[in-house]
Amino acid sequence: MATQSHFAARGSFASVNRFTRAWQHGDRFYRLLLTLAALSVLALVIAIGYELWQSSALAREKFGLDFITTADWDPVAESFGALPFILGTLITAAIALVIAVPVGIGIAIFLAELAPDWLRQPVGFLIELLAAVPSVIYGLWGLFVFIPAFVKPVAQGLNGALGFLPLFEGPVFGPSRLAAGLLLAIMVLPTIASISRDVFRAIPNSQREASLALGATRWEMIWEVLVPYGLSGLLGAIILGLGRALGETVAVTMVIGNNLDLSASLLHPGYTMASIIANEFTEATYDLYLNALIEIGLILFVLTLIINLIARLLIWRVGRRTFTEARA
Amino acid sequence: MTPIALRSSPTRTRRRKATSAVMLTLTGLATAVAIVPLIWIIGYVVQTGLPALNADFFTQLPTPAGVSGGGIANALVGSLITVGIGIIIAAPIAVLTAFYAASHANSPLGLAVRFGTDVISGVPSIVMGIFAYALIVLPQRHFSALAGGVVLAFIMLPIIVRTTEEMIRLVPGTLREGSLALGAPEWKTSWRVILPAALNGVLTGLMLGIARAAGEAAPMLFTAFGNPFMNTDINQPIATLPHTIFVYAIAPYADWHAKAWATALVLIVLVLVLNVSARVLVAWRARKLGLSR
Repeated sequence: MATQSHFAARGSFASVNRFTRAWQHGDRFYRLLLTLAALSVLALVIAIGYELWQSSALAREKFGLDFITTADWDPVAESFGALPFILGTLITAAIALVIAVPVGIGIAIFLAELAPDWLRQPVGFLIELLAAVPSVIYGLWGLFVFIPAFVKPVAQGLNGALGFLPLFEGPVFGPSRLAAGLLLAIMVLPTIASISRDVFRAIPNSQREASLALGATRWEMIWEVLVPYGLSGLLGAIILGLGRALGETVAVTMVIGNNLDLSASLLHPGYTMASIIANEFTEATYDLYLNALIEIGLILFVLTLIINLIARLLIWRVGRRTFTEARA
Repeated sequence: MTPIALRSSPTRTRRRKATSAVMLTLTGLATAVAIVPLIWIIGYVVQTGLPALNADFFTQLPTPAGVSGGGIANALVGSLITVGIGIIIAAPIAVLTAFYAASHANSPLGLAVRFGTDVISGVPSIVMGIFAYALIVLPQRHFSALAGGVVLAFIMLPIIVRTTEEMIRLVPGTLREGSLALGAPEWKTSWRVILPAALNGVLTGLMLGIARAAGEAAPMLFTAFGNPFMNTDINQPIATLPHTIFVYAIAPYADWHAKAWATALVLIVLVLVLNVSARVLVAWRARKLGLSR
């Protein structure tokens, strides 16, 4: 590229003064601008981490590692332990994945391998629209429609049949960890489905043809050949879905009940890292309190950073492998 | 695969075929099940929100709970201002970054940038909110529309970068080479040749970015903060549509719930229209370039 514009610079005559030539007719400036913009994106990632680290200094120094291992959150006593929120986030995300992974990969298989062409585009678009609905609308719908119409009956059923397990202990509440998990399942579904679909589509046809020619049924072809082939990409899709579930805020805050309940029951109201920040950030009346909330934000940031790095690496691997094999 | 072939028998074959049919049907079923919530949500929002919509709703300020009438004029203006600030900040940086990423696809910094945009898109919006709070609200000592706009810029940035970059890559290399061969500098080639050819991509990215930003409530809680009055000063707290829905929904008043649904209808129509037009634009562009997917 450098040679091309250098060539362009040399092609013009004496009318060009030394300055424009030195700056390659503005190309140097242009390239500088592009590089600055690119660097600013990287700087943003670093700045977020730095700012969260700095702004949580008080809490980090006072509590150290106890912050993530103790469960005592009492702003009045100036005692902060984030364990209930971390557990709440992990529990709701787990519920979401248990449901969204099989359904999402099923959708991906249907869209990539089975659906006729006329169905593929519109249905794929509808699934993607699910990702476009703002999370506050999910929350509104979850709170007034989904919980009374679906979550509560399901919770009562689970409590009736399996109430002897601590996991499904009563009393049954509407807003609960289960409600948040189920709502999250719907919200992460499009992420998992659309990335997995792209993974399936990236698998070369030779894999399908070879396994069908060996006498595999269509399902055996999908399950025993395509899924292992694209496994790292599918894992990437799932992990990306997990990342979305961990960080989701408003919808979860609206349906989880916001209660420092320490029981194991999925049917009780709970709290997540994101929802405690949403609820208490503007009420944090002294610096340590605010710092503790920002530290929860820091944990959330580091968690999603790691998750995204792993997911992207996994997804990139499928793309690259397919590419090199196609060339070979 | 070999063991299956060796142990093949009529019953076994029948069983394998049955398994296949059942599992394939299940994938179709999964797809159908996933579309149910979409239709349920949109249907319910339209059905519940529509009766509360009238001209006053768009032009009046909110009324206290229990007082009839009132609207969301402040939130409409607020969303317009915050998203506008977001676009003004994010669009130029995003387009330049997209040009960088598209032309340095395999250089270390190019890869780092694509990775960086992916990472930013994965950062929870509430964390972005804390960042903007520490960056702008704390030093200024008050909530502001500006802080809200800055968060939205961070949220839009990766969406615009990715869509624009994809569209720049679709522009045939011959166009660029032709322009350079005629003696145009690199920047003029990008500005006058590649950008117009990829304009749909930029527009698509902007639309998707606006759609996403317009629906963000979480970071608004402690940046724009909300404001029951009309405000156009970017240094003052401001109301936005998603934040208004949140506040109305968790309040214990039935008439505020009705307003939450009506506001949700306005927001969902806005978001869906933006998404559908972005999609149409991409399809149109792809067909024009002869790329059917």
